[in-house]
Order: sequence, then structure tokens, then C-alpha cells
Amino acid sequence: MDLKDLYRDVIVDHNRSPRNFRQIEPPRKDAEGFNPLCGDKLHVYISMQDDRIGDISFEGSGCAISVASASLMTETLKGKTEAEALALFERMHGLLTGDNEAAGDATELGKLAALSGVREYPTRVKCASLCWHTMKAALTGTGTITTE
Amino acid sequence: MSNSMSAITQTEAARPDLTALRDDFPILHQTVNGKPLAYLDNAASSQRPRQVIEAVSHYEQHDHANIHRGVHTLSQRATDAFEGARKRIASFINAASERELIFTRGTTEAINLVAQSYARPRLQPGDEILITWMEHHSNIVPWQMVCKQTGAELVVAPIDDRGQLRMDEFERLLGPRTRLVAAVHVSNALGTINPVADMVNLAHSRDIPVLLDGAQALPHGRVDVRALGCDFYAFSGHKMYGPTGIGALYGKEQLLEEMPPWQGGGDMIRMVRFDRTEYNDLPWKFEAGTPNISGAVGLGAAVDYLGGIGMDAIAAREAELLDYATERLLQVPGLRMIGTAEHKASLVSFVLEGVHPHDIGTIVDHDGIAVRTGHHCAMPVMEFFGIPATARASFALYNTENEIDRLAESLLRAREVFA
Repeated sequence: MDLKDLYRDVIVDHNRSPRNFRQIEPPRKDAEGFNPLCGDKLHVYISMQDDRIGDISFEGSGCAISVASASLMTETLKGKTEAEALALFERMHGLLTGDNEAAGDATELGKLAALSGVREYPTRVKCASLCWHTMKAALTGTGTITTE
Repeated sequence: MSNSMSAITQTEAARPDLTALRDDFPILHQTVNGKPLAYLDNAASSQRPRQVIEAVSHYEQHDHANIHRGVHTLSQRATDAFEGARKRIASFINAASERELIFTRGTTEAINLVAQSYARPRLQPGDEILITWMEHHSNIVPWQMVCKQTGAELVVAPIDDRGQLRMDEFERLLGPRTRLVAAVHVSNALGTINPVADMVNLAHSRDIPVLLDGAQALPHGRVDVRALGCDFYAFSGHKMYGPTGIGALYGKEQLLEEMPPWQGGGDMIRMVRFDRTEYNDLPWKFEAGTPNISGAVGLGAAVDYLGGIGMDAIAAREAELLDYATERLLQVPGLRMIGTAEHKASLVSFVLEGVHPHDIGTIVDHDGIAVRTGHHCAMPVMEFFGIPATARASFALYNTENEIDRLAESLLRAREVFA
């Protein structure tokens, strides 16, 4: 397997210049995600506009996969309803773990599909999924998330 | 600086070519991701030479039975193998007798044993245990637990920006309430070799006993517990070419005699009635239940192997590898060493500008190179240096300059990926 299948251009780009890398002032929903294995730490902020995600951002530190994944996630989720965001969570989970049925048609996932290379690296799946778990915790108000 | 470990930083004139010993390690002869394996994660766990593998295999195939008390032949053979290993391991670290060598699952269990059996009954609220900033979690958490149980306090001696213990602070923190010093001999995250003989002297001049975590020290140089004068010394088999799940606690006999058993069960007793139990003699008093017999046999074979090569020869070879790696890796643009102590064991911990350690781990693995990335179970050390993690290459007697070259080239590729 080629390294470029993991570190695709879009991932390198989003790692270098993460989008929506900032806080959102209250009122907001937020949650912290932590991967004690590698020390990745993310804070995801969401502000709802009516029943849609009006703004979503993140802060923290982590490897290229985790930063790019969080950056791509914030780009994608703006304007989505909670139900749509949670449905996308399930599809991303499928994409990252190699569950093609849950992932559905990858072409519909747009840029997020760039993360599919992660499935060949079992130790790195958590890096890519941390932000999604943290987003889900922020949306549903379940607090701090730990993955290992 | 202890004389016994200073050999690590010295080189000697004539000595055997240790790279030939690679042939003793079957696992090294394989490809990973299409490249020859370069195993540079020895501080996490070293590999086993055929001599250890065969000793364990021979025991399993010919001699296994439960030890002690059995009158049949196999039980006697197993007992001889187990106790013979103990004797040789005790002698390897120059313990006064095998009664001072308690088998444990590893360093962690050995430290927990001292925390619960030595410290816990003695500690009063306000008493202090002194550790250092560079401890592995296994030499932090057991003390936090015993502090919670007793009301004692954990005091931490700071380090400087090279990752060296600040001896002035260490001495200042040895106070009237300090009841025990628990310190790492060689730091797994930084490579720092602590001046443990001096630390023991400072503590003993105030009648404070000292436990040393020797997990990272024993594989790299000669350790003489009596020359060091420490009261307890904990170590693990799998970091010194032996099996996992076996390690030992060395303790001065008088202290061990005074300590109550830690766990109750078979083997640690002499006589049991429902109203009272007489405990066994040392070292079995601390070895409840059937132990890891084959592990002990394997560790015995490991110290035979190391003794056969000579720890001074190993230390000298590893000093060469450390010098070479330090020089070679510093040529990689953007690389910063974490841990630049004057006295270091053969490991390099580093960060690379623009490339997270975790990504380094994946990228060099692509080139068949195994390094460790993360906080190395020393999160306070990472916090001290203001970084979430490092990449760490740690060397053993079988590593080569060529493997270090390959790591340096792979790191250049890692920079290219993120350029």
C-alpha cells in the first residue's frame, strides 16, 4: 500500500491549514475528545441555528489524520440537521472501519472519502474517528469522550 | 553518577563484534512492509535470543510441573530450574543472596509490592514519598494510591531542560517527613541515566530508604545493587531479552524480613490453620500462587546470555549507537531531541517540525522501521517539555548503524509527505 493512499493531498492540506480552527462563543454546544494512547486532544464547538448546525469549529492538537479529519468534518457539517449529522457519523464510522454497507456510496461523501485509506491502518482509525465521536457528544450533550 | 552505570558512556579498546549476535535473534530476520525489519523499539520490549526461546521451550517440553513440595521427578526438575534461575538472576545484579530476589510479573508489580507491603503500613498522614519528574507512570500511580490510603503526600523532584534531575532540588526535598525515595534509574522517555548512587547516598545520610526502577537500566549496563546501596530495585524480564510476565524485586533482606506478605495464598505459607497462618521464608513469603515458572527459566537464560557477552561490551556498543544516532538524526532538518542529558542510555526521543509523532510512526513503519510514538507512559515528562508526544528510537545490542541511517532517511521522507 502506498503512503499516499493514507496521506492524500486533501488530508495534507487540511492538516497544514485546518478549517474552522477556532472557538465559538456561547451559547454553544461543545465537547472534549481525548485519545490517551497518542495524546490527541480535540475540542468541538457547535452553534445551532434553528434546527440546523449554523456554525461548527474545533481546537486542539493531534496527528495529521485527526486534525484533517476534524477540519473536513466541520466543513461538511455546516448547515446539516442533528439527524443528518448523526447519520453521517454512522457512515463515516463505516468508511473508517471498512464496513462498506454502513458507509454507503463513498462518492456521496465528497472530500470525506479521502479518509478511507485509514481502514488499512487499524491503529490509526481512532485518530480519524475521534472528532466524529466528539461531535456526537457535543450534539447529544454526553460530555467528554475518550477513545483508546 | 554510579560507577556501575558509567560504563554506558565509556568505550573500550578491544571487544567482540556484537552485530554478529543478530543471528541469535530469529525475529529480526524478516521483512515488514517489504523492507527488512529494523526494530528500534527496544525500550518498550526487547527481542528474545534463540537461547532464551530454547530454554523456555526445553522447560515446557521436558521439565514442566508445579514447583515446590512435589516429590516426583518433574516437580523436582521444575523446582531446580525455577530456583536455579533465581540464583543466577540474583547473582547477575550482585544481590547478597537469592532470598533477596522476589519474582514478580514485572517492574510494575514489584513497585506495587513495595508500595503496599513496605510503605503502606509505615506511612502516616503528612509523611512524604519523593519521586522525580521523569518517572514512568508505574512509579507514580502506585505511590498516589498509597498516599490516598494513608494521607501521605507525593513530592516530585524537578528536572532541567535537558531532562536531568536537579540534584540541588532533590537534596532540598529530602525532608524530615520523607519516608521513601522512589526514582527511575534510566528514564524510558528521555534516556537520562540518573546519578542513582549519589541519590542513594543523599537519602541514606538522612536514613531514608530508596527504591530504584531499573526496568530501562539492566539491559544497557552492569548493575550492582550492593554497590549502588539501594534498598529496593525493580526490573522486568522482557526489557532485557527475557520473556514478558516475569520480573523481579530485589530488596535488602532485613527490610523484606520486616515486611508483611503482600498477597495471600499457596506457596507463601509454611502452615495454615483456620485460626492462624505461619508465613514462608524469604523469598517465597512474597510469591503467593503458582508463579510464572517458564518465565523465570527464560529470564535466567537471558541473564546467562547477557553475562556471556558481558555488560561492559554491550554498554560500549550501545554508546556507539547512541552517538551515531544522535549525530545522524540531528542532520534531519527540523528535528529536535527531547532529552539531552550528559549521561544517556541508548535511546533518542525526538519531535520533527511539521510532522506529528504519530504520523512519523506510521511513515517509518512503511519502511520496515519500528519506533514508538506517544507519551511513553510518562505524561508529566511530555507536559514539562510542552509537547503531546515524541517519537522514540531505542537501541539494543543487535541494532546497527545501517538501521539508524534508514531511520534518518525515512524521517526525510516523512518531511516530504507533509512538505
